[in-house]
Amino acid sequence: MKQAFRQSMAWLHTWCGLVVGWVLFFMFLTGTAGYFDTEIDRWMQPERPLSAREAPAAEAVSLALRRLQQQAPQAERWFVGLPWDRNELDLRVFWRELPDAAGKRGRSRSEQLDLATGEPLVRRDTGGGQLLYRMHYVLHYMPTLVAYWIVGICTMFMLAAIVTGVIIHKKIFRDFFTFRSAKGQRSWLDAHNILSVTALPFHLMITYSGLIFFMYLYMAPVISATYGAGEENRRVFFDELFERSDLPDRAGSAAPMAVLAPMLADAERRWGRGEVRFVDIRNPGDANARVIVGRPQDSPLRASGQLVFDGVSGALLKAGDAVLSVPKAVRDVLLGLHEGLFAGPVLRWLYFLSGLAGTAMIGAGLVLWTAKRRSRREAAGCAAQAGLAVVDRLNVGTIAGLPIGIAAYFLANRLIPVAVDGRAAWEAHAMFIVWSTALLWAAMRPLGRAWIELLAVAAAVYGLIPAVNAIMTDRHLAVTLPYAARSGDWVLAGFDLAMIGFAMVFAVAAWRLRRRMLASAVLSPHASRGLAAERTAEAAE
Amino acid sequence: MARQMRDSGNVKASRGGTSAYRLAVLSRIGAAAFSGYAFAAALSILLSRVLPMPKAEAVLTATMLSFAVYAGAILWAFAVRTATLAWVGLAVPAAACAVVSWLLGAGAVL
Repeated sequence: MKQAFRQSMAWLHTWCGLVVGWVLFFMFLTGTAGYFDTEIDRWMQPERPLSAREAPAAEAVSLALRRLQQQAPQAERWFVGLPWDRNELDLRVFWRELPDAAGKRGRSRSEQLDLATGEPLVRRDTGGGQLLYRMHYVLHYMPTLVAYWIVGICTMFMLAAIVTGVIIHKKIFRDFFTFRSAKGQRSWLDAHNILSVTALPFHLMITYSGLIFFMYLYMAPVISATYGAGEENRRVFFDELFERSDLPDRAGSAAPMAVLAPMLADAERRWGRGEVRFVDIRNPGDANARVIVGRPQDSPLRASGQLVFDGVSGALLKAGDAVLSVPKAVRDVLLGLHEGLFAGPVLRWLYFLSGLAGTAMIGAGLVLWTAKRRSRREAAGCAAQAGLAVVDRLNVGTIAGLPIGIAAYFLANRLIPVAVDGRAAWEAHAMFIVWSTALLWAAMRPLGRAWIELLAVAAAVYGLIPAVNAIMTDRHLAVTLPYAARSGDWVLAGFDLAMIGFAMVFAVAAWRLRRRMLASAVLSPHASRGLAAERTAEAAE
Repeated sequence: MARQMRDSGNVKASRGGTSAYRLAVLSRIGAAAFSGYAFAAALSILLSRVLPMPKAEAVLTATMLSFAVYAGAILWAFAVRTATLAWVGLAVPAAACAVVSWLLGAGAVL
């Protein structure tokens, strides 16, 4: 019975992982890149000054307010995001206009401002790291809602795969230290195990919290059972949950705004200098104006401190606590851990490496499936099935092809002329055109060759990135390295160095694979005999 | 069924997998996806009624837990002896939860 249970769980694990493995691979890889989203943003906009300009909060806020007053004197909401660390590079304003006569929500707009002039920044049009990051949950080329559902279903598969994986995994600690290299199927299993077990808490956290982000969509019946269906009732739920009803509606009578500087000073007195993340003004210019001053996130608790001021009298109305209740704290911690906005450089790298481990775990699992199938088929003496061939090709085309696509995205950023209309869209097109080409290539070439060739191409394109960067911009290593040494700001140099690192990893992989293929070709002219010899050695062990 | 699923690892069985076997697997997938979802949602609705906390927070808590319930239901659907049992074993508790929630929240909109 116990044996049967474990076997059905093994079956479930295999198929959960296989069916959506490539989508999960895409989500994990782009999401992992997203842990360095603003770093990638900086690299993809070489027009930025080398170092970020700094300005006192009060000065930045008054620049922002000038722009808001000019652009949207009649607004429902003004929002000013201050540049305070890697998470916010620029002074950002956002506004929403008043609803129209029919009660339809007003238009909203967002701009990034120059800290020196208060004018909108002029930079190349690019999706940047934000687009890569967003792709891991909105995918691309499809309506957001469709993407959310696809992502949610795949995440549910992932959750089932993780739980069943733990169940079928008997010797967690022993396997932790077990890696038998160059043993074919056995090595893929060991690799899959090590990658899964070392980062298991991360995999579980990232998967479960991923579902929490869109739980109101996925589990909509739970909300509508209590609050009733429809958008209106949902809003009641959110207002109740986040106590948004505290903020009054528009009074409709104009009143002069209070000066913001004392509010910012109050916030900085409580939290420390430079510790103001945003100023959110509701009903600006109205008698019921409110000013919310927010603090940066320095822990996974997303709802960090807030101060609410009366926007007319300037009086402090409420000093919000970071934690309001246990369920909300649990939610905030889960979402905060997923986003990792609080993470400093060391933790950020750990996030990145865990994400890569997750990506590699999925990749190793997919390859393991084909290795197992192949050896079983050969043992039974029957020809390979179409299903195996399809999985093989998708594996090469995705595991080696998607990284090539991402490299193409970076290269397109440097190669598409700045003046081209819609260049940001074309950067993304470049990524998907190149990835599709890799998939096609994988479908047409002999399997072993396809792996070697695509890995070699990946090595080449990642190696090309710093070179093309040096030709097209003045933000190359000869400039960024001395700057990094001088300032301690390694982001730009780090990007190019990381690309060289990836190029080397792909080159080593291609080279080793080629050597192995040559070796097996020398041992026996028939590839199948080579595989058979490998399997005999395994059995003898 | 459990034995058949075990055999699916075997090349011969999976190649010669009878249509009855395939149908049973399909049925189980359906049970896991739909009955499992219904059960997870219904249990969460019930939880959101009975948890001793403010309404909005009870709904939040129950919603957050629902995915763990769903995952458990999916595993269960593949662990039980037959596909029919997987359907019934999830659908009946789901219906029971829905009825109890409805009785508990007679005043609320459902």
